[in-house]
Formats: sequence, structure tokens, C-alpha cells
Amino acid sequence: MVTVAPEVRAERPRSGDGAAQARARRWIAGLLVGLLVSLLAGIALGAVHVPLDSIVEVLGHHLFLVPGEQTWTGPRDAIVWKVRLPRVLLAALVGAGLAVCGMALQAMVRNLLADPYLLGVNSGASTGAAAAILFGVTFGLGEHALSGSAFLGAVAASLLVYAVARSAGRVTSTRLLLAGVAVGYALQAVTSFLIFASDSAEGARSVMFWLLGSLALAEWGQPLALAAVVVLLTITVLAVLGRQLDALAVGDETALALGVRPERLRTALLVLVALCVAVLVSAAGSIGFVGLVVPHLARRAVGAAHVRAVPVAALMGAILLVWADVLARVVLAPQEIPIGIITSVVGAPFLLVLVRRLQAGAA
Amino acid sequence: MIVAEGLHFGYGDQSVLRGLDLTARPGRVLGLLGPNGSGKTTALRMLYGSLRPHAGRVSLDGRPLASLGPRQVSRRVAVVVQENDADSLLTVREMVTLGRLPRLSTFQRTGVADHRAVDLALERVGASHLVRRRFAELSGGERQRVLVARALAQESDFLLLDEPTNHLDVRYQHEVLDLVRTVAGSAVIVLHDLNLAARYCDDLVLLDQGRVVRAGSPDHVLDPATVESVYGIGVSRTELAGPPQLLFHPLAPARTTERLPA
Repeated sequence: MVTVAPEVRAERPRSGDGAAQARARRWIAGLLVGLLVSLLAGIALGAVHVPLDSIVEVLGHHLFLVPGEQTWTGPRDAIVWKVRLPRVLLAALVGAGLAVCGMALQAMVRNLLADPYLLGVNSGASTGAAAAILFGVTFGLGEHALSGSAFLGAVAASLLVYAVARSAGRVTSTRLLLAGVAVGYALQAVTSFLIFASDSAEGARSVMFWLLGSLALAEWGQPLALAAVVVLLTITVLAVLGRQLDALAVGDETALALGVRPERLRTALLVLVALCVAVLVSAAGSIGFVGLVVPHLARRAVGAAHVRAVPVAALMGAILLVWADVLARVVLAPQEIPIGIITSVVGAPFLLVLVRRLQAGAA
Repeated sequence: MIVAEGLHFGYGDQSVLRGLDLTARPGRVLGLLGPNGSGKTTALRMLYGSLRPHAGRVSLDGRPLASLGPRQVSRRVAVVVQENDADSLLTVREMVTLGRLPRLSTFQRTGVADHRAVDLALERVGASHLVRRRFAELSGGERQRVLVARALAQESDFLLLDEPTNHLDVRYQHEVLDLVRTVAGSAVIVLHDLNLAARYCDDLVLLDQGRVVRAGSPDHVLDPATVESVYGIGVSRTELAGPPQLLFHPLAPARTTERLPA
């Protein structure tokens, strides 16, 4: 996360950049509070309502080993600690990760419609997951067979996109865009064929559910820890490399003229982003629109400079996905709807509004 | 001093530069001229390491450019490139602050010195009032100003510009070049317009098919016979307004105006 040394601000009171930094600090502070509130709400709300004081008691007991009389019931403890907390944490991580990856890709290919799935990662993950669910392909991964094969599929797909986009040692933004779209479509066809070729209606249904994204599989354990590590790493790297990313977003020649090697930076960021998205997709399926819409919101709030926009996008994405997951659980409770449906229902109109404004601004 | 010696370059079997030599001296504004496809932009890109020559070498103050990383080069040489950056989402201030990138390490945040350099650069190009505007909302002339400011913020020794007058109306063409003359100590400018070159450059290099046809003062380079043979258009020259200025003779008689006497 970005912090700003107070003495720097004191020394240049009238600078325009100081104002932008102050604005970003206010947004980050507000969003941090918002995230905390959202996480609590995400734990409280659902098919079974859990009152706030119980949540505080359970969390205090587990986190700080607060001794004392156990006044809450066993099931309530399980709901808060075993089910909802890992779930809201995963939601926040997935939201934050998708948002910053979307933002990085939009800068890398200089296209505001780029999203984290541009690299074919989600199509690859879907193909891997479909193979695991429908045909029992497990790669010897045991209990992590589903997320493991999704991850392998995601990595394979992004390698393929990279190989196609790379030519004469260079990866240009246009080629990356086209390669991503082409590989994505090809793998979607493979997934569809797998579903078609399988006899299992039940299996097809679970692939479908997975394709639309769900956080229902969240639990304490390695996948959650891995997601946490990778997402925090990605956010940090992107924020630290914010200026380089700004230069890259202007153009390759500009980046080079400013001392940044565009090819090297793009390749390094592609590896990071592909890895991050692969981890997220294998943990929660492909949840659409977050990575597309949130970067626009963040830029609208604090401007396009990545040093500021990346942390803000991360927080916005986290909050958005926590609430989307709450809706997914509550709308048809006790039945759950895939979270991807919620994000699309909210995201699509949002995008339309953005497009309208964009046109008005350009005219 | 930037010295290029015997530069050869080509795409596939099409050669673009065939043994090009040029020298950009400190304190002088050098204009690179030549018809479309003569290799002006290619030559300029070699001067900051964006392209590597197939043969020949470029040196920066005696050190081979190939031995310097882009970061080292960007501290000495600032470039105003022609790039499709009109849809950048950055504000003017953010755009100019990018000029500090070569002087900041990855983990360093912009400090007082950087903000001063940015303020000064904006002031020198007369763009201080634009700081809060979005770069994309500016007019073509204002954008060029801001890009020159970004280059100034780099605090480099040399300024390279690739057709900075492109898409600008007459007034802004003069404004931008006048600005470059005023603010940049040493510059290399790729230009299409020979008369602008004559007015704003100290030295000129005229290229044709990847070779230097003529180099030296505007008076020497803009020799009507040479220009005529390179561009394939009739030329007459006047010096009424100070530096030599050329009048071009249309290839076919104009329909509504009388043809100028050759």
C-alpha cells in the first residue's frame, strides 16, 4: 500500500500533485473502513443471520484467544469461523486481485476494455476444471484436484497466449490482445465440447456453476493462504512499479525514452498477472466484470497514475466482491446463486454508463 | 556530443540507412531533413537506442551507446516521440512528472527536487495553467508543449524531437520550434518543413535513401539544385526574410492561380 510521508506534503503546499495525493489518502482511508464494515457484514448476513456481538466474541476468541465463558453456540462458532470468515476473506482477495490485474492489463495493452481474463487464463482454468469434474482427470492432486487442474489449465493457457503473442522476441500490445482473444475462444470450444461429450448431467451442472464463479469452496487452508500471498504480492509490485506502468500505458517508445525497457516490464508483469489470476480463478471460478469495471471506478476517484489507482482499485474490488457474495447468498436463500451472475448484473449496466460518459467526454 | 558513424539499418532486405554519419553538437539545434522514407526517424531512433544499427555505431560523449542501458541514456537524452498517446488518462502534471522517471529509483517517491523540476519545466514552456487538465483533453499544440516540458523535466543534455510540428497549424508550428530553440540547449529535430528547418536550426542534415546528401548550415544544405534533385520538385530560393526560404513549384499548373515564374 502507498503511504505518503507527511514532511513531503508540508514542503510543497500549493503543488497540484500534493492535492492528488491527499485525495488518494482520503479515499484509501475511507475504503479501508468500508472494507472492514463489509467484511463484518459479509460474516453477519446470509441464510442464517449472526448478530454482531456474537461475531466479535467468536473472532476475539479465535484471533486473540480471549478467555471467558463461551456464550455462543457451537453451530454459530462454525458458521462464523469455519464458513463465513474464510469466505469473505477469499471474496475480498479475489475482488482485490481481479481489480488490480485488470488495471495492469488495461495499461499493458492500452485498451480500457481489457480484463484479467484477456490472457486466456479463465478459459484455460475452465477447461482444466471441466476435465477434472467430467472425466476425473486429477493429475494426482487428490483433494485439490478441481482447483489444481484449473490452475494447470490456466497456466498452460497463458503460456500459449504468450507464445502466440511473442514474435521475434517482442510482445506487442496488439498481438497480446489478439492472441488472448483467439486462445480464449479456442479453449471455450474445448470446454463446451467436454461438456457435450460427457454423459453426466450432474457433472455438466457443476461445471456450469464453476464457470460462473463461486466462493462456496472457501475454507481455511493452503488455497486461501496462497491467494493471500499472491494477491498482496501483486498489489505491492504493481503499486511500486506504478510510474513504470504509467509510462508503459502511454506507449512503448515513450517508456523506452524514459529509461524503461517496455518488453521486459511487460513480460515480467504478464507472468505476475497470469499467476495471480490463475490462483484466483482456480479458487473461485471465473467471476466476470470486477476486473473490467473496478479499474475505471478507481481511476475516476483518484486519477490514472498507478501509484494511487492500484491500491484504490484493490480496496474497491475487495468491497465490491464481498457484497456481491452477500447478495449471492441472500437473494434466493437458502439457495445460492453463482456470484458471476451478480457481478454481471451489477457490472454490465455500470459499464454502459461508463461508456456513455466516455463518449460525452471525448466529444 | 552524439556522434553516429556509418549507420546501416534495414527491414528484411529493404535497407533504410546506408552508411549514415551525423554529429549533434552541444549548444546547437540540428535538423534532420529528407523525403518520406529517407530514414530520418530511423536515424533519430538510433540516437537514443530505440533501434540498434546493423552496422556502424552511435556514441554519446565518447561512450558507445550500446554499452549504456536505457536508463542511463534517458538521463542524458530526452525524447519527444510521435506516439499515439492522445488517449492517455494522465493529467498534465502526471505526464510531465513521468520525465523524472530516469532520475528516481524504483522505490523512491517523487520529492521536492522532482516537483521543482516539474514546476520549472511547465513554467518554461508556458503550460503551468494546464497542470490539472487531462492530457487527452488538450489541443495538439498544448500537447506538444507538455511533451517538451516532460523532456525538460528529465534535465538531460540533449533533446530529440520527431516531427514535433505534425498536425499543428502554422502558428503552433512556429511556436513549438521557437520554444525548442529557447529552452533546449542542444537538440536534434526531425522535420518535414524545409523552411521551418532553415529558420530554427543551426545545422541541417539532408538525407536521401538512407544516406547524407548534404550537411552543414541551412544556407549550404538548402541549395535549390540539391533540394530539387532529392525531392523531385522545382524550387526557387529567397533570402528576403533572413534565413533562406524556399518556394516550391507545383508539378502541374494550378487551376486558379497563375504559375510562378521559375
